[in-house]
Parts: sequence; C-alpha cells; structure tokens
Amino acid sequence: MTDKVISCRELTKRFGDFYAVDKITFDVSKGEIFGFLGANGAGKTTAMRILCGLSFPTSGQATVAGYDVYTQQESIKKNIGYMSQKFSLYENLTVEENITFFGGVYGVPAATIKERSRQLISNLGLTNEAKKLVAGLPLGWKQKLAFSVAIFHEPKIVFLDEPTGGVDPVTRRQFWDMIYEAAANGITVFVTTHYMDEAEYCNRVTIMVDGKVEALDTPGNLKQQFNASSMDEVFYQLARRATRSAD
Amino acid sequence: MKYFTSWPAGLPGRPIKTTAMKQFLVFIRKEFFHVFRDRRTLLIMFGLPLVQIVLFGYALTSEVKNITLTVIDNSRDENSRQLVNKIRSSSYFVVDESSIDYNDVLAAFRKGSAKCALIFPAGFGNDLLHQGKAQIQILTDGSDPNTAKTVVNYISSITTAYQQEISRQRPLKYLIIPEPRMLYNEEGNGSLNFIPGVMALVLMIVCTALTSVSVVREKETGTMEILLVSPFKPLLVLIAKAVPYLILSLLNIIMILLLAVFVLNVTIKGSIILLFLESMLFIITCLSFGLMISNTTNSQQTALLLSMMGLMIPTMIFTGFMFPLENMPKIFQLISNLVPSRWYFLIIKAVMLKGLGFKYIWKETLVLLAMTLILLTIALKKFKTRLS
Repeated sequence: MTDKVISCRELTKRFGDFYAVDKITFDVSKGEIFGFLGANGAGKTTAMRILCGLSFPTSGQATVAGYDVYTQQESIKKNIGYMSQKFSLYENLTVEENITFFGGVYGVPAATIKERSRQLISNLGLTNEAKKLVAGLPLGWKQKLAFSVAIFHEPKIVFLDEPTGGVDPVTRRQFWDMIYEAAANGITVFVTTHYMDEAEYCNRVTIMVDGKVEALDTPGNLKQQFNASSMDEVFYQLARRATRSAD
Repeated sequence: MKYFTSWPAGLPGRPIKTTAMKQFLVFIRKEFFHVFRDRRTLLIMFGLPLVQIVLFGYALTSEVKNITLTVIDNSRDENSRQLVNKIRSSSYFVVDESSIDYNDVLAAFRKGSAKCALIFPAGFGNDLLHQGKAQIQILTDGSDPNTAKTVVNYISSITTAYQQEISRQRPLKYLIIPEPRMLYNEEGNGSLNFIPGVMALVLMIVCTALTSVSVVREKETGTMEILLVSPFKPLLVLIAKAVPYLILSLLNIIMILLLAVFVLNVTIKGSIILLFLESMLFIITCLSFGLMISNTTNSQQTALLLSMMGLMIPTMIFTGFMFPLENMPKIFQLISNLVPSRWYFLIIKAVMLKGLGFKYIWKETLVLLAMTLILLTIALKKFKTRLS
C-alpha cells in the first residue's frame, strides 16, 4: 500500500439526481504516469477536483498522497502540483517573479527558490527572458514554464488538466519529455488529455464514460482488449456508449 | 535535455513549512506588481482624483461673479432702492436698471440676453413698512440650474442682510420673502463642499472597481484555480487582494487632501487622524463591496460595468454633494440611506469643514461599520459557495 499515492474506492459525487462521478475505484502508484481520459462531461474534471482537495465527494473513500480527501484537504494541497488547460501563470509578471511567487505560495524557503529558479531558468534556456514578462513568451515556452512551476515545490503528485491544448506537436513532444523526467524523479503524474497519441505515452490509462471508469489498463492491454489498432479506436468504442452529452 | 534532475534538491523528507505570514507577503508583493504594471489601473487610481479635483475646483465652480441682473422696480421707493444698492455693491452682480416691462423680460430670457431678473411689485416699500412683509420675485434661467441656484442664494442672502439691517433701526420686525437658503459656505468658496464629495466618489470607484476587477481577472485568466489548489487559504486570497488597494487608497486620500489644501485653499478644520481613520473605514467598506461584486461576476467587463456604471451614478446622485438630498422625493431620500458614500460624505464634511469631533459622527460611523460587516459577510459567503 505504501507506493499507492492515489487510491479511490467507490468515489461518488452527486449533484441532486445527477451522478457526476459514479463509484470510481482505482489506484495510482508512485512515479506512474496515469492518463485520465473521457469525453467532455464524463466526470473527469469533477473527479480531479475532489482529488485536488477542491470539493468533497458525496460518498466513497479516497486518499491522495496518504491524506484523506474529506478531512485533510490542506495537507493534500501542500503535496500536489496543478496545471490547467488554461495558461496558468501571471502574464504581467516576469519569468522569475512567477517562479518566486508560486514557490513562496507553496512555502519553499527563499534560498532554495533562488538557487533552484536560477538552475531551472538556465535548464529551460530562458536565461535571457528571465526578467521579461511572461506575456511575451511563445505559448509552448509558457506551457513548459507552467509545468516546471507546478512541480517546483517537489510535490508527490502533479495534476495536469489538458496541459497541451493548443500547443504544436514538436513542443508537445518536448513537454512529454519533461513529464517523463518528472516521473523518473518520483513525481506521480495524473494527466487528462484529449490527444490519443498522448494516451499512448501514459503507463496506464483510465477511460471514463458517464461518470464511471469503463476501462483501466496499459495502452497496450487496452488495445488488445478492445481489439483495436490505436487508443483512438479504443476511446471511440467506449465513448460511443455514453448516454450523457457534454455538460 | 534534463530539466529538473539537476535541481538543488530540498533535504530528503523535508516537510514543507508554510508560514502563512510569508505567503501573505509574497502574495501582496505580487499584487503590487500587478498594479504598478497596469497603466490603466494607475491612471484610474491617481488620474481620476486629479481630474475630478481640477474639474470640480475650476471648471464646475458654482461661484458666479459679475452676472448681469435685470432689475424691474415697479415700486420705486426708498426700500427698493436701498436693496438694489446693496446688490450693486456686492461683487456678484452688475445691475441693469433699464426700465423694461415685465413682459419684455420674458422675451429677453428667451433670447438669452437676460440671465436673471429681480422684480419689485408696486408698493413694495409700503407693504414692508405697514404689513411687516413684502415679496420680491427672482427670475433665473433654469436651463442653467447651477447658476440659477447660486443667483437665488446670493440675492436671498443679500435680502436677509438688508432685512436685518432695517429691522434693527425700527421697532417692528420686517420680513422680505423669499426666505434665503444658504446654510453653509458663507464665503462662497465652491471648493468646500465638493472636496468631501470627490473623496467619497473617488474612493468608492477606485476601491470597488479595482478590487472587483483584480479578483475577476484571476478567474478569467485561470490563475484563481491555481491559487485555490495551492495551500494558500482562500480567505487570505481575498484579503491579500484587498490590501494593496487599501494602501494605495490611503495615498490617494493624502493626495486629494494636499490638492485641496494647497491648490484650492481649503482649510481642514478637524482632526486629521480622525479624518484618516474614518476614511480607512470607508475604504474597507468599498473594498468589501468590490469583493462582493467580484464573487458574483465572472468577467472583468461585467465587474467593471457593475462597479463603475452601477456605482458612479448612484454615488453622484445620492451622496448629496451635487444634488441636495433634502429636495428629493421621500423614496429617493430613503434609497440614499443605502449608499455608503452618503454617510462618509456627512462624516468628512463634519470633520473637515466644520471641525467636529467623533461624538458628532459616531452614528454615521456606526452605519458604515454595519454596512462593512454585512457586505463582507455576503462576500465571504458567496466566495465559499463558489468553492464547493
């Protein structure tokens, strides 16, 4: 049980009669890249919000980084990183100021922030842009920076909500290199995406349909199970069963 | 390419310490970056009061000097002549005694050649001496209501002075109607009344609009989500958002007061410390209002529209510095009680212009305090319901 960083048991979120998340059960191990797929309205976002400590489930159990989603939201928040589909840095702050701000919010000591941000900026090749406003950076750079900021405080888990939306294929590939590296460093990656080629990059993939987990395995096993040649086909077969439309 | 592996790592197993105060300061610093990098914010913040002070102080002055007053004296007695001489000797009017007919006066108004006229009825002096009261008619050009009101006020006060003068000489009390109404601002300094008004207006707009926009902006850009996922307490997000505006608004008050004292020659009669404390309370009221708006809207435009349009006009109308509240229908007078700036205006007028102490304004202070608490409670409630 020790290397299970996320663990859900029959997790349910109900809004009135509507089961946004319906008894989902899964585990995610340390350092795993866990793909969370589903059509719009399938309940991905709701599930993710619960796991991030933003909302309470209606029933079921879940722990994130060993903390309970009902009672230890604050501890969960300290141990996770988050990056959303919307670009999530401050445009009118410089690269450095953004790093300093988010590092500070997560309580990273000032000396560590200084040292680590210098290193990070040089690794990202942004040394010349460090004192420039983020608004001027190309989208691909912004996304890479946003990801670096999300794991700057060395969280146990990083949640990525469609992180590569609108990014060109080359940058996406580079972005996934970063994800692999973070995972190799022991950070668990929980990622939602609409790109099926990205689903192939994940260690394991879960596909949600109408609030339920309909499939959960490695991309290879899923393709075999559904007798499909690509994840695209797997997803299509499952999504077709949906009775709910996008919310 | 390795991005993170070469990071200087924290100590293994190091618990992340989050000192709330440190986080808070980091956040406030960030807010200041936002404010100082946004020219529009700075312009609204410091340009608006400057423009308002100059406009109200010079362009919109209600003071009237050397205005031509057409006098039609149908009585031609000692008293009417004395009164006309009094008016002539004031610096406000140039008296025009061209003996025109009453009907011609109206035509002159229509043409615009006459702006105001004073008409004595036949037997004015007679009425005054024997009945103890007499009437005069003041005609003014109502299409320019500010000048018109000022003219009526000037003539009324001159008439009162005259009436008192003749009453002293004789045993009987004399009364010349209309009754003058010029209860404040005897020396006619137009700046006196509007400085508190501008303070109320500017603070209301700056604090409310800018805070609401700054919170909503984070929602729009998606950074609010990141903040909520972070260990930063949601309540602290709201407070940290408001703090820079509190500080800047206090600077703003200093600027307005300096302008008032050194440019418009207004003397501050009461305690400056009291003035500041009351202003701080009002700023907090406005900030709470701004936070409430920001928690009910999702786009910057809506927030701006609500706080600028929705507040500017009621503030101007119901504060009482442009239009006297006493002359409004009862229902509007009641509504005006709900406008925070109205109370602040009363407080500032009392402290700044009349030099009164806290015991004269505690009721108004209490009203503001109650409003602040209510607004803040609603803001926080709305914020919490949005979260779940």
